[in-house]
Amino acid sequence: MSDNNIVGVEYNRVTNTSSTDFPGHQANGDYAWDIEKFKDKFEINISYKTDRTANFDLINIDTAIANAFRRIMISEVPSVAAEAVYMFMNTSVIQDEVLAHRIGLIPLRVDPDKMNWVDKTQSPEDRYTEDNTIVLTLDVVCTKNPHAPKNSTNPKELYRNAHVYARDLKFEPHGKQAELFKDLPVVAADPDILIAKLRPGQEISLRAHCILGVGCDHAKFSPVSTASYRLMPVIDIVEPIRGDSAVRFQKCFPSGVIGINADGEAYVKDARKDTVSREVLRHEEFDGKVKLGRKRDHFIFNVESTGAMAPEEIFFKSLLVLKNKVEYLRNCPIGQ
Amino acid sequence: MAPKRKAVKLEAESDEAFQELFQPEYRGKKLTDEINTAEDKWNLLPAFLKVKGLVKQHLDSFNYFVDVDLKKIIRANELVLSDVDPEFYLKYLDIRVGHKSSSAPGTKEVILPPHECRLRDLTYSAPIYVDVEYTRGRKIIMHKDLEIGRMPVMLRSNKCILDGINDKQMAKFDECPLDPGGYFVVNGTEKVILVQEQLSKNRIIVEADEKKGIVQASVTSSTHERKSKTYVITKNDKIYLKHNSISEDIPIVIVLKAAGITSDLEILQLVCGSDPQYQDLFVVNFEEAAKLEVFTQQQALNYVGKRVKTIRRAGAAKLSVLQEGIEAIATTVIAHITVADLQFREKALYIATMARRVVMTMHNPKMVDDRDYVGNKRLELAGQLMSLLFEDLFKKFNSDFKANIDKILKKPSRTSEFDALLSINIHSNNITMGLNRAISTGNWSLKRFKMERAGVTHVLSRLSYISALGMMTRISSQFEKSRKVSGPRALQPSQFGMLCTSDTPEGEACGLVKNLALMTHITTDDEEAPIRKLCYVLGCENILGIDSATLHSQGNFGIYLNGTLIGTSRFPSKFVTDFRRLRRTGKISEFVSIYTNTHQTAVHIATDGGRICRPLIIVKNNEPMVKAEHLLKLRQGEWAFDDFLSHGLVEYLDVNEENDSLIALYEKDLDPSQPVTHLEIEPFTVLGAVAGLIPYPHHNQSPRNTYQCAMGKQAIGAIAYNQFRRIDTLLYFMVYPQQPMVKTKTIELIDYDKLPAGQNATVAVMSYSGYDIEDALVLNKSSIDRGFGRCQVVRKNTIQLKRYPNHTKDIVSGMRVDEDGEPIFPHKALGPDGLGEIGARVENGQVYANKFVPTNAGESVLGHNEQMAGAESHREAAAYYKGPEPSYVDQVMMSVSDNDQALIKVLLRQTRRPELGDKFSSRHGQKGVCGIIVQQEDLPFNDDGISPDIIMNPHGFPSRMTVGKMIELISGKAGVLNGSLEYGTCFGGSKLEDMSKILVEKGFSYSGKDMLYSGITGECLQAYIFFGPIYYQKLKHMVLDKMHARARGPRAVLTRQPTEGRSRDGGLRLGEMERDCVIAYGASQLLLERLMISSDAFEVDVCNKCGLMGYNSWCTTCKSFEHVIKMTIPYAAKLLFQELLSMNIAPRLKLGDVF
Repeated sequence: MSDNNIVGVEYNRVTNTSSTDFPGHQANGDYAWDIEKFKDKFEINISYKTDRTANFDLINIDTAIANAFRRIMISEVPSVAAEAVYMFMNTSVIQDEVLAHRIGLIPLRVDPDKMNWVDKTQSPEDRYTEDNTIVLTLDVVCTKNPHAPKNSTNPKELYRNAHVYARDLKFEPHGKQAELFKDLPVVAADPDILIAKLRPGQEISLRAHCILGVGCDHAKFSPVSTASYRLMPVIDIVEPIRGDSAVRFQKCFPSGVIGINADGEAYVKDARKDTVSREVLRHEEFDGKVKLGRKRDHFIFNVESTGAMAPEEIFFKSLLVLKNKVEYLRNCPIGQ
Repeated sequence: MAPKRKAVKLEAESDEAFQELFQPEYRGKKLTDEINTAEDKWNLLPAFLKVKGLVKQHLDSFNYFVDVDLKKIIRANELVLSDVDPEFYLKYLDIRVGHKSSSAPGTKEVILPPHECRLRDLTYSAPIYVDVEYTRGRKIIMHKDLEIGRMPVMLRSNKCILDGINDKQMAKFDECPLDPGGYFVVNGTEKVILVQEQLSKNRIIVEADEKKGIVQASVTSSTHERKSKTYVITKNDKIYLKHNSISEDIPIVIVLKAAGITSDLEILQLVCGSDPQYQDLFVVNFEEAAKLEVFTQQQALNYVGKRVKTIRRAGAAKLSVLQEGIEAIATTVIAHITVADLQFREKALYIATMARRVVMTMHNPKMVDDRDYVGNKRLELAGQLMSLLFEDLFKKFNSDFKANIDKILKKPSRTSEFDALLSINIHSNNITMGLNRAISTGNWSLKRFKMERAGVTHVLSRLSYISALGMMTRISSQFEKSRKVSGPRALQPSQFGMLCTSDTPEGEACGLVKNLALMTHITTDDEEAPIRKLCYVLGCENILGIDSATLHSQGNFGIYLNGTLIGTSRFPSKFVTDFRRLRRTGKISEFVSIYTNTHQTAVHIATDGGRICRPLIIVKNNEPMVKAEHLLKLRQGEWAFDDFLSHGLVEYLDVNEENDSLIALYEKDLDPSQPVTHLEIEPFTVLGAVAGLIPYPHHNQSPRNTYQCAMGKQAIGAIAYNQFRRIDTLLYFMVYPQQPMVKTKTIELIDYDKLPAGQNATVAVMSYSGYDIEDALVLNKSSIDRGFGRCQVVRKNTIQLKRYPNHTKDIVSGMRVDEDGEPIFPHKALGPDGLGEIGARVENGQVYANKFVPTNAGESVLGHNEQMAGAESHREAAAYYKGPEPSYVDQVMMSVSDNDQALIKVLLRQTRRPELGDKFSSRHGQKGVCGIIVQQEDLPFNDDGISPDIIMNPHGFPSRMTVGKMIELISGKAGVLNGSLEYGTCFGGSKLEDMSKILVEKGFSYSGKDMLYSGITGECLQAYIFFGPIYYQKLKHMVLDKMHARARGPRAVLTRQPTEGRSRDGGLRLGEMERDCVIAYGASQLLLERLMISSDAFEVDVCNKCGLMGYNSWCTTCKSFEHVIKMTIPYAAKLLFQELLSMNIAPRLKLGDVF
């Protein structure tokens, strides 16, 4: 491990943060860019993957590239969200704009590949077609529950439809859409999002037109709730730490980071678990005995999907977007 | 960190706001938990606020007025007699507000629920009923429940229907249960009568002017009849009495002689006692009296009588000089002491006391009183002001009534027997109108006190819950704002615990407008007579029975009741202790105060209203009286705050008594070596309700807390639970308000957590992009997309449909359509009824109420043609919407106001997301505007992928020294990680060390500083960034309301220059300083263009011969065309020349070639 690759985590500053202008290059030796070499060194380890979260490591890749993935996932991977809400009736306490805003922010489970982009150049009347727009309806009327338990004060028991949830948004297929979304009808990714509360006599009736968009336009189109990375922590015990001191040393880290061996000497068990709280640097006792750092080319990615797509799919899409960008740049007349 | 901390439960909140405070499991403490008196004594505070509340002073005062004071006023003015018929009389027996004598107890007769009054522009009032007895012919008739007018009712007072009802009933009335009340609804607007601060009445104030060598003792006497000021003043070391209605100053000895103390020895004894130094100072005064040859009482009275300014009413008999003298001494001088049967002794003693205070001050200049001392101040509340007003109106009512019956009784022959009641009703409108007008305009003009006060009432600010609450605790001073004296504005040590130390405005009203602290009470008047009797029982020797020689003898303490000497005691400390014991057992009112003044060798007892007082725990034998068992009873709900009072564990102290006590701040300060008398209930009660919102204020530089107090009132948030039912001129709501992560106990007590105004923003303290200089903030676009800082602005538009005398009336007509049947553009938002449809979008230039007025409204009724009646012609007078952004119709209300005219209110709503230039502030007086809005991916992020909502520049910290904000961040961060709400209560709250420990436990840095990655490069930032949640408020100043630019537009008629101001679409002024810059730069052509060509260029004809202006190339002065030259000058210059001409000044223009 070369020191050149470690971001130094010191008591009051972070050193050696920036990579060189020549990614993968180092002062000594021949590190000229070589795709084969990259292929050889580059690693992806998947720590875990659920339907909403993926955690994986990208190792030996340049910061710029890793950051590009993060940025693209947040703002440029397209997803579907409600854009125009047509109110037919809204007698709830929530104002039309706020209701529309809330509906817009509900993540929808739609495969964006099945949708086309809305052509902004067309007139607003014929801009929206069955190819690019999904219509969701919400029609709820709150009534008194005649069979409410006595002495109940819970509005959910007293009234019907007192709470309007995201699951009440119903897909209204148009044209080929019924066929297209046969296997996977459009629903809210989280059915339990509370949209509004109603009381008897109040009514909401609306149509929401959902289109394809990107996160940089509005956060509702972002397919991730967060996509980010952290650098792999490095703990370097310079001088051996033993005995009670080792126990105290262990306590400076989250559990499982530092182990104590049979000799009572502290060793780094799993640096990945460290949150880099820098607690150890606060204690004079360990002054000079430990060096903290982070590996600059080891990115621990964490992608949390809002539910529209699987997290890994979002990552793949970010690759595609990046590829398209590169393609575009390559075709640009500049620099030729 | 307290081990009992637990996560906040997100269960449905109980209806009763205060009930929660007494729940078995309260703020993480169970009933069975051990009680620690030192920590849990703060439970007394919610208990206090439960019985008193924050606006209780207003309610108490109003209740006292309607229940007690009204009856006193009636008794003082009970008889109406006729000058014509000596047989006739009318006597008022009783007065009631809001219920008849026959109605069931607890009836509250008010016109309509308050909210309906607000909506319909009515006055929330209740009828005033009187019982009268009068003569009709030979018979005496009793008449009950005669309505003489309507009294505006203070909300939540005991005459209000909202008094004592539960939250569910409140909801039925469309009222917010958290609304404090204490204001009036007059003509649909909410009006508050601010608390007025003034110097106490009927008390002697001694002042000295050391430069001029003047000492003066003054007393403002205030009775129901009149208000006058009496001075005892030194002039060339001699003492005189001065009064407005006596033309010259009277030597004090003559006054005392006139008041019946004829013996010089007795005068000396009364003023100086046996002190030779005082005697030396005073003795010159005898010479003066002797020189004037005044020796007897009669001579003295004649002397005074000669100098009285007589203002005789016509018809009254002329008095002799002696009678004038007697009258002056008996009623004019020191009017608040009444003289019965020419017994002047009390008054003589009072004057002697004043003289003695002057002599004492002459001897020792330090004996002066401090005008700014809070103990010398009285607060005048709504009730007192209303009672002044009512008495004035009632007197007017009676005199009008008398004039009226005199007119009728004068008529020699009457067909029927005269019934006075028939004419009493004519005037009933006067009282109603008088009260309404005074409250709605704020002008209190009372002839009998020569009082002319403007700005007594204010419109209740409904910007946010806090601004309304802050207004209810506000105190305005009578002191003039323009005078440059620092004394009244300075923070007085005596306002500790009574008036908030932080909450005062900046600028001209600084220090003059104050706010009440959290745990205060303002007294109402108490009966004096029983206290006087009690004093005599307790061993006070009656002043009338004391020999003058012993009055000021060594060790003899004077006992003063409300500033008047009533007796003496040789054992003042025993007297005071006994008195206090009686008060603590509840035998006398808890608000009567008693204290010893050793400098004046006096014991002062005060029962008057308007004193500020606050409760304290009594300490006996170095042990606080409140024990764990008592607090347990409080927690179990067995005891209320009043039980602590009645058991003598807690008592109220006013400022004077507080300064005579030794109060320990904490239990640890109870020191056996010192005679500690009281223990503070909670130290954070030195702050008021608004300053109580600040977390960790004790870590902040003090002006910052003051700034926050001003800004907290401008924050947009929730207003009240009925906010969407309100139709106010202008309201701001926050779409997603949050309760602060770092609360204070005050926040919980005033329910700010239920009606918050702000959001918890994740803040990174770092520099970013350069668009954050000068306190500007960087906002995260994704946060804004998700609803951060989103607010709504609703504006009321009132349309009245008038009826005209010629039977025509305004109408609302339907929309106009174009050839396709579509409504024309300005009518897009209208419905078939001609009013905006709810939910419709109204754009600039569109109509929201299509009103038409009759074209012939001015035509007289007489010329009204019968045939024309059917075909009234109308002209359009529609209400157009004007604004840079469209609005949506929120509500439309149609009603009938009290003069039978249709009233339409259209509420227009805008939802705004934060934009560049919108103002935000944290709770530490750190305001800033949004400088740039940044995409989320460009913002820095931490290991968890969290990016900040706001980036704040670190330069905001060093000079402002708002350490509290940093601690708020750390506590907030710990709270977020721990799932708890932390406290930042003043002088307490969650400890920084505990918070930092939580951070470490959760894997964050101890210091609150995180390692962040740049969102742009993706690399680590080189510095650790202070990162965590801070509560941010959005302030009402938004760009949308302020933005303004114009290329061309309207001009003023007179000067033809562009108009001024945004509201008139005015031009932007190139002022003197800008002009200077352009001159310095040498751009003279630019100057010409800006100042003349683009402004008010005007072509004039100037005669080069006479230099005056002509027209049409003709000089009217020279009568020739010859020398007339055309030139362009500013129209304003031409106007100036003509105005000068009209004043006989001829400005002549001399023209010459430039090049």
